[in-house]
Amino acid sequence: MAQNKALLEVKDLSVRFARRDGAPVDAVQRVSFSLDKGKTLGIVGESGSGKSQTVMALLGLLAKNGKVSGEALYNDTNLLTMNDAALNRIRGDRIGMIFQDPMTSLNPFLTIERQMTETLQLHRKLSRREAKQRAIETLERVRIPDAARRIGMYPHEFSGGMRQRVMIAMALLSEPEILIADEPTTALDVTVQAQIIELLRELNRERGTAIILITHDMGVVAGLCDDVMVMYAGQTVEQAPAQQLFAAPTHPYTIGLLNALPRLTDDDDQPLQTIPGNPPLPGMATQGCAFAPRCTYAEERCRTTRPALEPTEGEAHALRACHRPVQAIAEVL
Amino acid sequence: MPPVSLTVVDAPPSRSPLATAARRFVRNRAAFVALLLLVVIMLACFVGPLLSSNNAIDSDWSAISLAPTFDNMHWFGTDELGRDLLVRTLVGGRVSLEVGLLGTLVSGLIGVAWGATAGYLGGRVDAVMMRIVDMMYAIPYMLIAILMMTLFGRAFYLVVLTISAFSWLDMARVVRGQTLSLRSREFIDAAKAIGVDSRSIITRHIVPNLIGVVVVYATVTVPGIVLTESVLSFLGLGVQEPMTSWGVLIQDGAQKLESTPWLLLCPALMLCATLYAVSFVGDGLRDALDPKDR
Amino acid sequence: MLAYTLRRTLWAIPTILAVITACYLLLHLTPGGPFDTEKHLSDATLANLNARYHLDEPLWKQYLHYLWALLHGDLGLSFRYTDWSVTDLVLKALPVSLGVGGVSVPIAVVIGVTLGTIAAVRRDSVIDHAVMVLGNIGNVVPPFVLGPLLVWVFAILLKTADGHGWLPAGGWGEGEWRYRVLPIALLTIINVALIARVMRGSMIEVLSGNFIRTARAKGLPARTIVLRHAMKPALMPVVSLLGSVCISSITAAVVTESVFALPGIGQLVVNGAINRDYTLVLGLVVLTTAVAVLFNLLVDLAYAWLDPRIRY
Repeated sequence: MAQNKALLEVKDLSVRFARRDGAPVDAVQRVSFSLDKGKTLGIVGESGSGKSQTVMALLGLLAKNGKVSGEALYNDTNLLTMNDAALNRIRGDRIGMIFQDPMTSLNPFLTIERQMTETLQLHRKLSRREAKQRAIETLERVRIPDAARRIGMYPHEFSGGMRQRVMIAMALLSEPEILIADEPTTALDVTVQAQIIELLRELNRERGTAIILITHDMGVVAGLCDDVMVMYAGQTVEQAPAQQLFAAPTHPYTIGLLNALPRLTDDDDQPLQTIPGNPPLPGMATQGCAFAPRCTYAEERCRTTRPALEPTEGEAHALRACHRPVQAIAEVL
Repeated sequence: MPPVSLTVVDAPPSRSPLATAARRFVRNRAAFVALLLLVVIMLACFVGPLLSSNNAIDSDWSAISLAPTFDNMHWFGTDELGRDLLVRTLVGGRVSLEVGLLGTLVSGLIGVAWGATAGYLGGRVDAVMMRIVDMMYAIPYMLIAILMMTLFGRAFYLVVLTISAFSWLDMARVVRGQTLSLRSREFIDAAKAIGVDSRSIITRHIVPNLIGVVVVYATVTVPGIVLTESVLSFLGLGVQEPMTSWGVLIQDGAQKLESTPWLLLCPALMLCATLYAVSFVGDGLRDALDPKDR
Repeated sequence: MLAYTLRRTLWAIPTILAVITACYLLLHLTPGGPFDTEKHLSDATLANLNARYHLDEPLWKQYLHYLWALLHGDLGLSFRYTDWSVTDLVLKALPVSLGVGGVSVPIAVVIGVTLGTIAAVRRDSVIDHAVMVLGNIGNVVPPFVLGPLLVWVFAILLKTADGHGWLPAGGWGEGEWRYRVLPIALLTIINVALIARVMRGSMIEVLSGNFIRTARAKGLPARTIVLRHAMKPALMPVVSLLGSVCISSITAAVVTESVFALPGIGQLVVNGAINRDYTLVLGLVVLTTAVAVLFNLLVDLAYAWLDPRIRY
């Protein structure tokens, strides 16, 4: 176990949404993880797995009907119980966040310059001119060409890939310790995706920024993350260092996700492997393991009792939530 | 062997969209109450006067300027000529509602025809037709309406026509937009691809999808028309004596506030209640046919 | 965008022309001219009038005379008030209408935008409910009802020591403030109800947008988010609403001036129509259509100015 204190320690984070007509929805159920300085964590799952809500909860960005419980310790303070004023000192300054769709995530009515300088003016008390200078430098760092001229433009004048770089630059202005990236490449072309991931990797290596990357794409995780947490229906099902997870996944869902990745070595006429069925809608309470209806290895026990998240047998630093022992899950890769 | 298997989940029972919409409407309490209120008002206006011992025209000199009272069914009181206000209000309501409904019908027909044609034909025709609509929007219709009432006289049908002449613009725009989007939707292509002919496409796919939009806009148009008629009547340019409408009664009442305020308050109350009911029914219909989370 | 504006302006001309022509024909072709019913004039007077107003010439010539004069800014002489030109009458009535409508619109915008913003930011608060209720009232209580109600409360129920109403029930006097309060209040209430409701809806929608989430993630305080990030996009629907508010202020003027007996443009319209004062009515139609077109244009320009996506 790491001897240094973790940068961010999340324990039993749960998010519940109240609904006007109907039972409340438990979008995230008792998720725990820790992030060390300079490390990257990937949170993987399908839509509705609760991965986005987890990080939204960390920065107080949940919708009004969302309630969070648990603990998220950063610098010895619990992010989840902070009021807005205290959170505002951390958001955008010590912890930055970038979102999925750069077109709608940037304000179309303000110039890039305004949207960047306001962060520095607020958190670093720089003058407008100094802030602009710093912003231009940061844009150059993320390889926006002709940054000094471009900074006066509006978001709609940039391409999708460039907009995402601008967002990253904006999030990095105050040199945060942690960068949270919520599906940063989903809305982009494949080639641009690779560039963005490369950029994030550089940032992590050169500046030591810790990164939490949310994605549904295992390929992206493989390229960037030190540790991986797999979520399903609001719960963590497996957690392990990336190399270990890819080499020897121990949860049926993880195995399914990895199998679904098409490989160059597959035969042409081999059908694409999918995980049949659909993930449960958020809020559909399940008895037993949430994955059981789609799991080949499911036993009676799986349908009645929820498996707890426990250390994986024979592995250090790994957790899994499954009733079946590791040996029983055939390795099908 | 793949590590996953499939379990089939039961599909929910299916219902026709109209039934779902009706069900949603009924569940919306505010809209349902408003609908009941509207029905009550309409019944009162069309049937009510027959149930009263009073009528709208005869003066009862023994009961001049009575405040609302229970004697003789003078529930709204009487005016300075001894005429029962309740019956006058209900009779006036008939006129206001008739203008509203007929006007909506006429302007609705014009609007649907115009908009559907423009939307379906597209291209140059569409551009010209919508340009005309744009031009008409800029015209100060109240002026023209006033002008037409003074020039052509104030017969009932003329009032309806004058008001309808300017009330079809919104409907035309909306219908055109809907037709345009329907025309290019995938399910039309799909229907064509499996060989459904044009007429069936129009009747079975386009018209049902237009109905929703038309109904919603009709409910928005009705209060507008009732209001325009009331304004014209208020200015003395609406329907002529001996016909009366809410606008006329309100104008009359506004002159006599010092002595007989109920002459203003009662017809005003009826008008406002009707407008309220129609707008909530309209909201309810809109929600029922196209629900969005508010 | 310059080209776009010019194109729109150009379309205004045929619109105005079409309206003028239609009204001209309506007025001249229907029976009952301004000189028919009222007085019995001697033949000599009639001849004079005919010559002065070109009434003996064929219709199309009269029409052309009219257009020609129009291009010179001459709206002609009133048929009814023979000593006055239409322009004079309009100039006399305009200050009254502007002094009421022109004053109430800016007030209503300021109050409406503020209330709508507060209602959106503090959902389910007192102000939020008040805005919704006010919006409903505005929908349901028309100006010609609200006006007399205001008169009833402030001029009849509330009385000063010597038995007069606290505020006058109508009239204009010399334009003193006490004659303006109620009409301005009426127009302001109606407009605030509408503007606040639209602003509230628009602001709620903007605040739930993605770029607001980004702004929050940057640690910006709530006030900055609302004023710097949300205000401009939220104002767009209000701007286009203002265009239609200004245009419908003509109807509003007609009703308000009728309720409060104000000698403004609205009264001029009604009286002109009743008296078959051709030139007056035509002049007013020309003016109001031109104003309507102008406002539409201003709204388009404001849109383009506010939204950087609609630019050159």
